[in-house]
Amino acid sequence: MNSSYAVPAVALVVVATVLVGAFGLRISRTTSDFYVASRTVGPRLNAAAISGEYLSAASFLGIAGLVLVQGPDMLWYPVGYTAGYLVLLLFVAAPLRRSGAYTLPDFAEARLASHGVRRLAGAFVVGVGWLYLLPQLQGAGLTLTVLTGAPDSLGGLIVAVVVVATVAAGGMRSITFVQAFQYWLKLTALLVPALFLILAWQSDGAPRHAFEEPAAFREQRVVRVDDTLDLKLDRPLTVTVNGTVDGRRHRAERLQLPTGTHHIGAGTRLTFAKGATVPVADRGTNGGMSTSLAASREERPLYATYGLILATFLGTMGLPHVVVRFYTSPHGVAARRTTVAVLGLIGAFYLLPPVYGALGRLYTPELTITGDADAAVLLLPDRMIGGVGGDLLGALVAGGAFAAFLSTASGLTMAVAGVLTQDVLPSRGVRHFRLGTVLAMVVPLVASVLVGGLPVADAVGLAFAVSASSFCPLLVLGIWWTRLTPPGAAAGMLVGGGSAFVAVAATMAGFPGTGPLHALLAWPALWSVPLGFLTMVLVSLATPGRVPTGTAAILARFHLPEELRAEVKA
Amino acid sequence: MSGFLAGLCVAVLPLLAAGFWLGRRTARPESLGGLGTPVEHATFQTLHTASLAAPPLRAGLTGETARRSARRLRTLLGTDALCLTDQKQVLAWEGVGDHHRAEIMERLAGPLETGRGEAFRLKCDAPDCPLRWAVVAPLTVDDRVHGALVACAPRESAVLVRAAGEVARWVSVQLELADLDQSRTRLIEAEIKALRAQISPHFIFNSLAVIASFVRTDPERARELLLEFADFTRYSFRRHGDFTTLADELHAIDHYLALVRARFGERLSVTLQIAPEVLPVALPFLCLQPLVENAVKHGLEGKAVNAAGKSRISITAQDAGAEALVVIEDDGAGMDPDLLRRILAGEVSPSGGIGLSNVDDRLRQVYGDDYGLVIETAVGAGMKITARLPKYQPGVHSASRRSEQ
Repeated sequence: MNSSYAVPAVALVVVATVLVGAFGLRISRTTSDFYVASRTVGPRLNAAAISGEYLSAASFLGIAGLVLVQGPDMLWYPVGYTAGYLVLLLFVAAPLRRSGAYTLPDFAEARLASHGVRRLAGAFVVGVGWLYLLPQLQGAGLTLTVLTGAPDSLGGLIVAVVVVATVAAGGMRSITFVQAFQYWLKLTALLVPALFLILAWQSDGAPRHAFEEPAAFREQRVVRVDDTLDLKLDRPLTVTVNGTVDGRRHRAERLQLPTGTHHIGAGTRLTFAKGATVPVADRGTNGGMSTSLAASREERPLYATYGLILATFLGTMGLPHVVVRFYTSPHGVAARRTTVAVLGLIGAFYLLPPVYGALGRLYTPELTITGDADAAVLLLPDRMIGGVGGDLLGALVAGGAFAAFLSTASGLTMAVAGVLTQDVLPSRGVRHFRLGTVLAMVVPLVASVLVGGLPVADAVGLAFAVSASSFCPLLVLGIWWTRLTPPGAAAGMLVGGGSAFVAVAATMAGFPGTGPLHALLAWPALWSVPLGFLTMVLVSLATPGRVPTGTAAILARFHLPEELRAEVKA
Repeated sequence: MSGFLAGLCVAVLPLLAAGFWLGRRTARPESLGGLGTPVEHATFQTLHTASLAAPPLRAGLTGETARRSARRLRTLLGTDALCLTDQKQVLAWEGVGDHHRAEIMERLAGPLETGRGEAFRLKCDAPDCPLRWAVVAPLTVDDRVHGALVACAPRESAVLVRAAGEVARWVSVQLELADLDQSRTRLIEAEIKALRAQISPHFIFNSLAVIASFVRTDPERARELLLEFADFTRYSFRRHGDFTTLADELHAIDHYLALVRARFGERLSVTLQIAPEVLPVALPFLCLQPLVENAVKHGLEGKAVNAAGKSRISITAQDAGAEALVVIEDDGAGMDPDLLRRILAGEVSPSGGIGLSNVDDRLRQVYGDDYGLVIETAVGAGMKITARLPKYQPGVHSASRRSEQ
């Protein structure tokens, strides 16, 4: 990959983000323009901002990589990421806005009038935020490594520094415009190259059968294996080897490998002939965002799919950086309209990554061996078009990827820092917000350096699972059920979210490597969400005396349209 | 391997949190235990329990507050059961013998009427019920009986009667404080009501005079100004709701400025920078307009000598995490900081207008003492007023949104 265009593109995105953030609002207005100055954020602008903040590294790079490695089953990811907003629209958006809450802890306090539940919700916001920040930083590291060969942690470090600098310096003055800009940037960065790629695919004779098993090389291809890996062969494979295979050194020798598992040494170059089938790499964890937990998925595909669907459908409403954006809508109806627009914008965006995934399976199948499947989006323009045009398109994609890391990371950092300053750090003030920002970013940064090889798509999935099992019951029951009590809410969040969290920890530690138990722990949403709901309902029913006074009035405020409410009061 | 490390880190975090919490829980008695003789220790324990029971009661005598304080009060008295009642019913029953509720309420009619405590024997059919005697101590606020504290025990004891009386008196003091809080809130509400009716008469006269001056020369402009005037007064005299949104307040300020600019023309230039994210923030009604009025007054005062001198006012509203930051700045006469401090402390009444001190009081009342106005000024150096408005505060909800424009 030619980095002479990509690096300036990434730098341009970073600078543009900082500039739009710092100067977007500096254009002073005189009173004659007051109506322009004071116009509230419209649903479309806010929707673009929400989408810009929401579409993270996992969406931009990860989905294409997943589709490339594991085929069309993985389309459940984009479906789930989008459909989460449908659930949000139906059950949560308008009442949440009418509650007047800015963050999730605010909502807990507004609904239950309890400081304890507020604290607990704050702790979960920080936990989910950190779990979600981790893959952003690692994705940035991966991107920079693919582009320039820089060390793994450098990209994450750059994102962390830029985000902390802009957020802590108060540079994100016009954050809505920044995020909306990032959405359109990301969409352009995927859409324009995709059009060119499809044209190139057409001129190549429009080969189909992208998902036929097994994938095959369309031309002679040299693959360099950077890390030692085991290749599993279902049928004999003829390959030219320059390096170590099964402990024996070969120098540009043509080998006929029999069926079975073969050990490939680090630094080996394998040259596959045209039409050769792509072997399957057998590895535990690796640095990619896509090739994780594959084994368990094969063992229990149905269970895993349901777990994924439940986590993404119900987890979206509990993402801290999404919730705060709804405050910007002037009223409940606008919040609903915003959500509808978000569904459209995100739906449009998610049409693109699967295209890259399918094309990647045709043109860059070797990525499944080297484990850098997430780089498919970055590598495809160069591979399919080549020349200056390919480099320019590749640079555009790289810029878009960095926009994805920056926008999601800054949104999450703001949300986590807000909770840290309000509920954790002792006193309030501007300086404490800066401290909170640094703290919000340092923990995931250190974690990403410490645990460099963590499967990243899972970190996103697990953040969704924790959010779905703790905040979804709180929001849905809080909005729709009058008999919810503070002890019930606290117990439900602790049991549901806590058990999901423990499952997350166990999975990350690789506790039970295989088997049904591993599947249960790797996809906790299917049991932890019902557990959270059940605990919340049962404990609430067991403590009927603790229903907060004024629950009826609070729920009326959540559900009545604003105009009606004014009439009722008057 | 690194995955294992990550999991380990994640697993250790909740453990650390739990350990921290346990440590905090267990550390408190330890620190008490290190203090002095057993008598002193007992005193500290008693005072500590009493101080724990106080906060809920400060919110007045309701079912919720009674329930939360009753457990501490029972620890304080060391009886088998303790109950708090208001005039009509039992609010909270702490301890054993719940079946005595109805009986107690019947027997309370007398003490609640007279406001005098008494002890009586309980009728009980349950052989294992330890409650045989009940000691009643009324809770009084300003000589009115609000409820009663009933302590139940196996036998009659003069010590218990005396202790129950003392505890009841202590609870009464807390309730009186709650009463005081309420009257303070009512006072501020009354002030706001007064403030609404207190648009400066000068402003009305001047506005009408300006409008009159345009009636012949520029009837269209006069009509517009009249409508601005109507909009501004409608907002100021609004009856419902104590809170409004920043968008509505800024619109009222816009109407106000339109009238002021009609009068002063080129001498006044106003710059606005509003972050659209903060427009939905709820804030106390009419708490920024007085600040702008103040800025206009001071800004023009400083330039009065030189009629050509222009006055600049800038109004900015920024998004700052969980808060909105509103800054109103003028380049006018400024003010002596000491005088300003005295005005804010209420020692000197300002020369006309309700202005700063009222806004400051209300912000502190609603958001807490951290959220008072921050004013930077010196004589001749203009004035910069900063108000921080939290995006969310329990109990702060804007009453309505502006009718669709």
